[in-house]
This record gives sequence, C-alpha cells and structure tokens, in this order.
Amino acid sequence: MTTEPQVIEVTLESTLKSVEKAEDLAREACAKAGFSEDDQHRVGMAVHESMINAILHGNKNDASKRVVLKIQVHPDRLEIRIRDQGTGFEPKSVRDPLEAENLLKVSGRGIFLIRTFVDEFRVRKAEGAGTEVTLVKRKYPNDRRSELGG
Amino acid sequence: MTMKAKTRRVDSVTVVDVTGRITLGEDLSELRQLIRGLLAQDQKNILLNLADVNYIDSSGIGELVSGFTATSNQGGQLKLLNLTRKVHDLLQITKLLTVFEVYDDEAKAIASFGKATRA
Repeated sequence: MTTEPQVIEVTLESTLKSVEKAEDLAREACAKAGFSEDDQHRVGMAVHESMINAILHGNKNDASKRVVLKIQVHPDRLEIRIRDQGTGFEPKSVRDPLEAENLLKVSGRGIFLIRTFVDEFRVRKAEGAGTEVTLVKRKYPNDRRSELGG
Repeated sequence: MTMKAKTRRVDSVTVVDVTGRITLGEDLSELRQLIRGLLAQDQKNILLNLADVNYIDSSGIGELVSGFTATSNQGGQLKLLNLTRKVHDLLQITKLLTVFEVYDDEAKAIASFGKATRA
C-alpha cells in the first residue's frame, strides 16, 4: 500500500517576496516532515536559489509571468518542483565555481549550491513553455529504493 | 530579517558589523556601496564582522567576493571575522575559505592588518 503524499501548490509572482514565501513554505514542510534544522536550512537555501533562477533567469523579471511551486511530502522524502514560464537553461553549461579560475567570480554558484544541498536535482522543459526543476531531499539519503517518479 | 551594517574604526582598520541576511535585493547593493564608499575614503583595511549573519545566498557570496577583489585591487585587504557555523560551512563548500582570511578573535584580526602593513 502506498501513502498519498501531502501536496502544497502555490502560484507566485516573479518578485523577491515570492522567493521568501517559497523558502518559508519549503522550510515549514521540511520541519513538519521531521527533517533536522540543518536539513531545513539546506532545503530552504536550495529553494531560495531555484526561485531566484526561475524569476531572474527564467521569467527575466517579467511581472506578468508566474512561478509554480509544488511541494510533495512523502514518508521518506520531500519533492519540490519549481516551474517558470521562461525559455529554459542548460545546467551543464554552468561553469564549475570550485575551479581555481572561477573562485573569484561574482556569480555562478547558485546551481552548485542547489546540487550540494539536496539529494537530487533535475531540470526539464516544462509542458507548454518554461523550465521545471525538481529537488528531492531524502530522510535517509543512502536509501535509494524510492526513486523519483514522473 | 533585513541586513544592517554599521562601521567603526579600530586603529587603522574599519570594522563593519553586519547583521541579518546577506541575500539578493536592495540590502546587497547597500553593502556594495558601503564597501566602495570606504575604499573611496581611502579606508582600505576592512574587517567584516559576520557574527550576526546566519544566512548568505549565492548573490551574497558574490558580493563578498566582489568586495574582496575591489579592496585587493586598491592595495587594501578585506578580511572576515566571527563566522557563524552556517556561513563557515558555506564558505568551506564554495572553497572560499582558501580565499578569505578568517578570524574568530577581533584583536587578532586587527593586529593581522598591522603585520600586513609593516610587511
């Protein structure tokens, strides 16, 4: 028998206030799901950086465009999807911020931090238009039995 | 919590006491202007006290790096004081602890500028 995940879904404007709201919702869900304070912080930061990418690089600060945040709380993991209405980006094209020649670069650490703070990070073109990123944080990171669906 | 920054002089060093979050937004440009303002006033020994900063995002990290580079380019030094565990971890993850000089004792941090000046 599988347990239906609890789902929180909100549509947010392309503003910095939305970044805070998304982060708060993710941290709250994390806390309710029993993640440690450190993990709540990590997931909050990953959502913060993902929201900034969606708003600045996806929606290009266009006030008419929205970001959809969907948080699914499973018994063993938290799955967070963030979908913008932009033209998409290729994460492989992002330079490695740990390379010596990039250490003093002002930007380029957002995706790296997201990858560091969650157990899975996936990017795909959303249906219609835009990009959807999926972040997964597992309660027991070494347990790979529950694979990411859909 | 929004970011606030106050400056004070200790010997030849300007200590900037920062509180709150260093994240993308207006606060970030205020921090940039503050550091650029200090450099314009020839205050090139800058110690950022981050004891009350619990959160820095990638844009905030970029601003610290930008301040470091701007200060170095003008022959000065920008150092960090009293990192919280979360900020320390963040700078470790991003390998920036290899770039910044970091202190947990203000007197030692202040003295380190003197040594650099004499060197």
